[in-house]
Amino acid sequence: MVLLRHTPEEIKERKALTVNPAKTCQPIGAMYAALGIHGCLPHSHGSQGCCAYHRSTLTRHYKEPISAATSSFTEGASVFGGQANLLQAINNIFTVYEPEVIAVHTTCLSETIGDDLNQIFDKAEKTGKIPEGKTCIGAPTPSYVGSHVTGFSNMVKAMAKLAEPSGRKTHKVNVIPGWVEPADMAEIKRLCGLVGVDVTLFPDTDGVLNAPLTGEYKMFPDGGVTVAQLKKTGDAIGTLALGEWCSADAARWLDAKCKVPCTVLDMPFGLAATDRFIDVLRTVAGVSVPESVAFERGQLVDMISDMHQYFYGKRVAIWGDPDQLISMCEFLVSLDMQPVYVVTGTPGKKFEARIKEICADKPFEVKVKAKGDMFLMHQWIKNEPVDLLIGNTYGKYIARDEDIPLLRWGFPILDRQGHQYFPTVGYKGGLRLLEKILTLLLDRKDRDDPETTFELVL
Amino acid sequence: MAKTKKVVQLMPTDIKEELLKKYPPKVARKRAQQIMINEATEAEAPPEILANVRTIPGIITMRGCTYAGCKGVIMGPTRDILNITHGPIGCGFYSWLTRRNQTDAGTDGDNYMPYCFSTDMQDQDIIFGGEKKLAAAIQEAYDNFHPKGICIFATCPVGLIGDDIHAVARKMKEKLGDCNVFAFSCEGYKGVSQSAGHHIANNQVFTHLVGENEEPKEGRYKINLLGEYNIGGDGFEIDRILKKCGITNIATFSGNSTYDQFASAQHADLNCVMCHRSINYVADMLEIKYGIPWVKVNFIGAKSTAKSLRKIAEYFGDKELIDRVEEVIAEEMPAVETVAAEVRPHTEGKTAMLFVGGSRAHHYQDLFAEMGMKTLSAGYEFAHRDDYEGRQVLPGLKVDADSRNIEEIEVEPDEKLYSPRKTDGEFKVLEDAGFEFKHYEGMNAQMDKGTLVIDDLNQYEAEKLVELLKPDIFCAGIKEKFSIQKLGVPMKQLHSYDSGGPYAGFKGAINFYKEIDRLVTSKVWSYLKAPWQESPELTATFVWE
Repeated sequence: MVLLRHTPEEIKERKALTVNPAKTCQPIGAMYAALGIHGCLPHSHGSQGCCAYHRSTLTRHYKEPISAATSSFTEGASVFGGQANLLQAINNIFTVYEPEVIAVHTTCLSETIGDDLNQIFDKAEKTGKIPEGKTCIGAPTPSYVGSHVTGFSNMVKAMAKLAEPSGRKTHKVNVIPGWVEPADMAEIKRLCGLVGVDVTLFPDTDGVLNAPLTGEYKMFPDGGVTVAQLKKTGDAIGTLALGEWCSADAARWLDAKCKVPCTVLDMPFGLAATDRFIDVLRTVAGVSVPESVAFERGQLVDMISDMHQYFYGKRVAIWGDPDQLISMCEFLVSLDMQPVYVVTGTPGKKFEARIKEICADKPFEVKVKAKGDMFLMHQWIKNEPVDLLIGNTYGKYIARDEDIPLLRWGFPILDRQGHQYFPTVGYKGGLRLLEKILTLLLDRKDRDDPETTFELVL
Repeated sequence: MAKTKKVVQLMPTDIKEELLKKYPPKVARKRAQQIMINEATEAEAPPEILANVRTIPGIITMRGCTYAGCKGVIMGPTRDILNITHGPIGCGFYSWLTRRNQTDAGTDGDNYMPYCFSTDMQDQDIIFGGEKKLAAAIQEAYDNFHPKGICIFATCPVGLIGDDIHAVARKMKEKLGDCNVFAFSCEGYKGVSQSAGHHIANNQVFTHLVGENEEPKEGRYKINLLGEYNIGGDGFEIDRILKKCGITNIATFSGNSTYDQFASAQHADLNCVMCHRSINYVADMLEIKYGIPWVKVNFIGAKSTAKSLRKIAEYFGDKELIDRVEEVIAEEMPAVETVAAEVRPHTEGKTAMLFVGGSRAHHYQDLFAEMGMKTLSAGYEFAHRDDYEGRQVLPGLKVDADSRNIEEIEVEPDEKLYSPRKTDGEFKVLEDAGFEFKHYEGMNAQMDKGTLVIDDLNQYEAEKLVELLKPDIFCAGIKEKFSIQKLGVPMKQLHSYDSGGPYAGFKGAINFYKEIDRLVTSKVWSYLKAPWQESPELTATFVWE
């Protein structure tokens, strides 16, 4: 049985038709980022379908409640503008749900008609619809520009804009983790704590999207960065932005407007990227890296060396988002694996250049495409197969058709669990990635080896 | 929490008041009309409910949009039509494989369901128009896949920038020659919910597809099954039963369907409507144009399935079919009754709430009733008044601005193909015997006095209802699932069935009994408190053994 039976081996150039996308639209990224603010209700300024789709997708990924509201545009609002809808929504939300913050993002609809969020917030303020001490932030997220990653970045920038520099520097460092899982955010905080750097992490979905079952439903769980903390980001000694696509915009804004200097790093997936992150942390704090961190690093190096023979030379097809793919490809290459096909739906020539740089002078040729799709990647695989797939759940159709193991990593993961609870960043996260990759590769070996070479010990 | 019984018996009026208490006055006034205490009695007409009206901005609704109703629900399950979403990438992405429409690719093997096709509109397309890109995308789809049909779905910005998707479709249909191309103006902002999208889909399928295949279809007792989407394999189970009875299903609208099924629907002699809300338009149009009468059926629940089969047999009036249906029911029921008897000690007297769809909140009450469970409160996400109160309210329905924007197409009897399926005399005999055509009594009539019927339930009200009435099970969709379960109450998805099913027909009833038994008897909900939370006071020092 073949699932994607209409995917031909022959690759015809397509200029207009995207098939099986490796991205989605901006607003869902903005919604995810906004959930990393404590007491925040994300709000979608558009038709109610957008909000329903984003909530459904995030719920399927996290198996957690995702609350978000919508301006519920009708035909009238689409013609006359959505101001009345948003004003009414703000009033209803603060009255009924009582959040600390409403984080509004736009949609292709409200962007096309040209609604101006700041002007609407101003009107809401003047007409008393925003209660004392409550906050509204807004991010423009036109769905026809960039991807879900762009929307995430835009909402993080809107969070940074809450900064109110007092002129007195704190000892704190802002860390913008980028689009990673709640477990990854927790791990980044833990690593910073181990090194001894006092950080404000934003957004922070740890404690929001990995909440416990207690019999009590908290619409606004305990986690998330607070508005008070965000206001103080303008007094930080610096900002570490993890990921050019996800986090750099906000960091550069804080640099330009609040004179908080910033450094943009790769997301700390894998050995080398985590090394660079820790090295920067110790330099920022002016401390020695504690032995406990070196111990964790050593464990990761240990597993890489112990099992190197199984990683060596394995061909990988990988798709997802630019920041994550860059660090992951670097990690794979460091294991002597071969990320031969690399696809993101997010546009960006810089991405292609970076991947080529990582794979330069290696014993394989990389095919990389930004603004590509999974249909193209599948065609590449049909022409020359790989040993491992790494990407979101949509890859399971290719995995089954081509009989290739799939490491679920990225967004969305709709059919497996664990990403909320177990990090893949840092040294510990690196160990987990290796464990998963090894299990997939060795299970496959155990399945396929003939009787003569089937072995107990690997 | 499920264990603690409420101390005070709350009156329905108290509950309604409690639900409305926190709302701003304007919101409370509107919601008050959408929350109805079911007090229907023999003597007086049941109270009216406000339905199919705009959701209030900022109130966290379960509803989706017109595109979701059109592309996602109605057109999504047809395997051999290639669906292109014209718009930015999101809408196509989110509707990609996320409804559980099971599909059998058949002998021809055409199946585009695992694919997502989109024009992925960019800012320059929004500024300069997307018609050229759409035409190019249709051409590329044709060159790569050669499908029988290509459908185009408009997303919000398409309507705003004025792309004429219908003109592009016409042009491309002509150019390609052997591929039917047509479009749906199903922008998300139209109407007030998915419902508008159903209507738009019905219109276009009827206009561009139904009737195209003039070749007569083989088989006896030919029906169409309208409004069955094969979620979790429901349609497969219904087809199994129909086949066993000797009934020929020409076309299912639209679970596990094909281009040719739609194109041949006019050959059926009876339309059986499952989901009244989403498909009654097609049923009406098929009747007017071709003379095929329609009846409401329900294959959710074993008794309802038996009743529906008998109804179909009675319509055809053929003793052979009537006998065969009785044989099938007699064969299937013992297994159903065995499982029903097994679960009943666990489920008897337990309570449920259902807030879903345009028909399921009604149909699934039958299954709960078969287990001795009581429905405390129910409501639809996107239904209209007739789905609550019955079709007799239709003539009095006011058409508001939002409904007026959705096209009503004019259909006339087909000069060649219209033929009444029975003589006036035959219809009269059936009707005199109590057989009802074009009849749907709605959900309210079936519900107990004093139950709460709530339209377009929102997150706040859902949480309050669970808190106040403590049902043993709550049914809705994925967005509601985990907030309800955080409260310690099991939640069953009735859109996607939580990866379960089928729940239709006889085998489906068995599956559902077992599933609900699992949910209401599970110990999972007793683990919420740790021992030290149950008794936080230290009463003694620890004694080492």
